[in-house]
Amino acid sequence: MDLSLTKEEQAFRDEVRAFFRDNVPPAIKKKLQENRHTTKQDMVDWTRILHKKGWAVAHWPKEWGGTGWTPVQQYIFNEELQATPAPAPLPFGVNMVGPVIYTFGSEAQKKHYLPRIADLTDWWCQGFSEPGSGSDLASLKTKAERKGDKYIVNGQKTWTTLAQHADWIFCLVRTDPAAKKQQGISFLLIDMKSKGITVRPIITIEGGHEVNEVFFDDVEVPVENLVGEENKGWDYAKFLLGNERTNIARVGASKERIRRIKELAASVQSGGKPVLEDQKFREKLAAVEIELKALELTQMRVVANEGKHGKGKPDPASSILKIKGSEIQQSTTELLMDVIGPFAAPYDVHGDDGSNETMDWTAQIAPTYFNYRKVSIYGGSNEIQRNIITKAVLGL
Amino acid sequence: MDFDLSEEQRLLKESIDGLLKASYDFDQRKKYGAEKGGWSKTVWGKLAEQGLLGLPFSEDDGGFGAGAVETMIVMEALGRALVLEPFLATVVLGGGFLRRGGSAAQKEAYIPGIIDGSKTLAFAQLEKNSRYDLGDVSTTAKKKGDGWVIDGEKYVVLNGETADTLIVTARTKGQQTDRNGIGVFLVPRDVKGVSVNGYPTQDGMHAADITFTGVEVGADAAIGDPDNGLPLIEQVVDDARIALCAEAVGAMEESLKITVEYLKTRKQFGVPIGSFQTLQHRAADMFVNLEQARSMAMLATMASDFDDAKERATSVAAAKVQIGKSLKFVGQQSIQLHGGIGMTMEASIGHYFKRLSIIESTFGDTDYHLSRVSAAGGLI
Ligand SMILES: Cc1cc2nc3c(=O)[nH]c(=O)nc-3n(C[C@H](O)[C@H](O)[C@H](O)COP(=O)(O)OP(=O)(O)OC[C@H]3O[C@@H](n4cnc5c(N)ncnc54)[C@H](O)[C@@H]3O)c2cc1C
Repeated sequence: MDLSLTKEEQAFRDEVRAFFRDNVPPAIKKKLQENRHTTKQDMVDWTRILHKKGWAVAHWPKEWGGTGWTPVQQYIFNEELQATPAPAPLPFGVNMVGPVIYTFGSEAQKKHYLPRIADLTDWWCQGFSEPGSGSDLASLKTKAERKGDKYIVNGQKTWTTLAQHADWIFCLVRTDPAAKKQQGISFLLIDMKSKGITVRPIITIEGGHEVNEVFFDDVEVPVENLVGEENKGWDYAKFLLGNERTNIARVGASKERIRRIKELAASVQSGGKPVLEDQKFREKLAAVEIELKALELTQMRVVANEGKHGKGKPDPASSILKIKGSEIQQSTTELLMDVIGPFAAPYDVHGDDGSNETMDWTAQIAPTYFNYRKVSIYGGSNEIQRNIITKAVLGL
Repeated sequence: MDFDLSEEQRLLKESIDGLLKASYDFDQRKKYGAEKGGWSKTVWGKLAEQGLLGLPFSEDDGGFGAGAVETMIVMEALGRALVLEPFLATVVLGGGFLRRGGSAAQKEAYIPGIIDGSKTLAFAQLEKNSRYDLGDVSTTAKKKGDGWVIDGEKYVVLNGETADTLIVTARTKGQQTDRNGIGVFLVPRDVKGVSVNGYPTQDGMHAADITFTGVEVGADAAIGDPDNGLPLIEQVVDDARIALCAEAVGAMEESLKITVEYLKTRKQFGVPIGSFQTLQHRAADMFVNLEQARSMAMLATMASDFDDAKERATSVAAAKVQIGKSLKFVGQQSIQLHGGIGMTMEASIGHYFKRLSIIESTFGDTDYHLSRVSAAGGLI
């Protein structure tokens, strides 16, 4: 047993760290540190920088632009990226639909879509959830009817993150209404410019616009946009969601957050001394750090396991990563609320629209606390994760 | 021992609940929030008409001579409806200073305007580095002739944007954290040297950062002893904490109600999500938290008239700790049990969560008050 990185892995970490240090545009880094939204252009700019370096789709197969890194290297890369902090490549393309396409798609689909995902020519969004189908995703109702060489899609998706920027949406649609729930679902790629698509913003509690409703009204989709086989979409979705969970612990991001909390707590006074010197605060902070360390090691165990047994079935232990990772992220937002105390209240009316360069660092603290309640809801809620552990691991 | 409301108190509760039911649903609230200063003059007028703004003032001052229980009843109701109007700033804080510390002339000058709804007040206390310490004051009030000259900066002044009169804490002598040498001053908001930067707060209310530059006020501006105002400040801020505890209880009660209703109606996997035992138990824990908070809000309410200021302060601090812990659990779990819907501006539940969160850090957060209770040697 050896919990430390090998010499080679350390050298790799240093290389990655230096690259992020020198190449993340400072304005983008600052936005991430202050938990402000990056713009579409920020994401495009950053993706192009990564792409030039050959790291935009690092975990993909080599023939599609991947690096051939080991799971440990991949893990180091993600951790360093989050810890910088640098924006993660847009997950809907890079982590979700990309792997589905190179695993289950046709040659034509691979050739067309994968390069455009890698350099963010196409912005993808994820059309899974519906108003009546959240945790119970397989009950989805959006339907696609085959008519000649087209599908006609009708229905509604919701909670679609950043659909306002999207060129494409990948959807789960019902192609066989007679089949049982999970069967009869297909995986379709839909051009957001298609006639009959309407995107409506959903404003979240803190005032941000990151999610949307997407309506489909007789939208025509060419049959070649079907991924894999008709009525096998659920299998592809399970594969996709399995990939989503290994990225969800966000240990690096929480480390970065803890460092920032310390910095800010040193600058805010309470009772004539910095908040950071308050015993109660220090202990709360230390408790979160301990949880984070444990999670980091748990995550490394999951990664190491993957290295041994190869990818494939997602480890049900990855539910631990989701539960703890989200709880720790939420704890860091609570610690920041503690740091600023009564100065959490002011609301910046100019909002966080990317143009508001003068925004005070305190302005996003309460909004982030509110907004981060989402992390225990999406990506399979923490209740659903516990259901997975009780069934798949504990056999209850 | 008697935890029941008297007949009169029951009628009061019915009357304010009735008023808010008729004029304060979620959509109406949105409209009021968009009015100038973030609240509705019409609603304020209705509160005045029903006599609610005069409750705590003595009959001599034109009020109803009601006690802390009546304020609790009103604040709970305001919490249930997430009322934006400046009851806390005007009646509890502003009114509290006048009622508890004002001279006969000051009472006569200000209280009638509060009661009839024509005037509102705001309490300007928080400073950049004072955090929750009421005795940490750098704003100065220097003697000039008979009167005073006030200089300094105050932050996050609730209702500071629209108040007619500000009640300002300022140091007349001594060092920044000396307990002695703090005065309380009445300052008209529109007087020369007062500069107000108003803004909405995270919970939909409005506040302001206010700068005082060479602001001249008369000798009659000081409430109570200008060199020894801290005991009065502590007492009135305790009144506000008690009121906030009651407001939080109201907001938690409504959050639980809305959430339980949602558990019964939202279906996933072909059944109401309220049939999942894990969610049932979570709702049960929300209930436990609510009732523990309610008990402590009652204790705080009773403490408001304790003769021993230390005992009062410790009881109120203890209540604020329990309320802080409860509101965090109830607020967060309300969102969690709603799933995605709970994350939206459109659903009322998130607005309860936001108000509850801001209550936590108003006049001392959970950790701050826990330290006070512990420093006092606990409660038992
Ligand atoms: C900010 C945000 C971004 C999102 N982005 C996307 C996106 O880009 N694309 C997309 O497709 N979706 C997205 N989602 C949707 C997300 O995946 C769903 O919100 C999630 O699946 C939960 O579904 P729901 O909101 O309908 O809640 P529900 O499923 O209705 O759940 C409500 C509550 O019931 C609990 N519950 C449900 N079933 C059970 C059970 N069997 N046992 C115990 N408890 C249960 C839940 O845990 C939750 O507490 C996003 C959501 C949010 C909040």
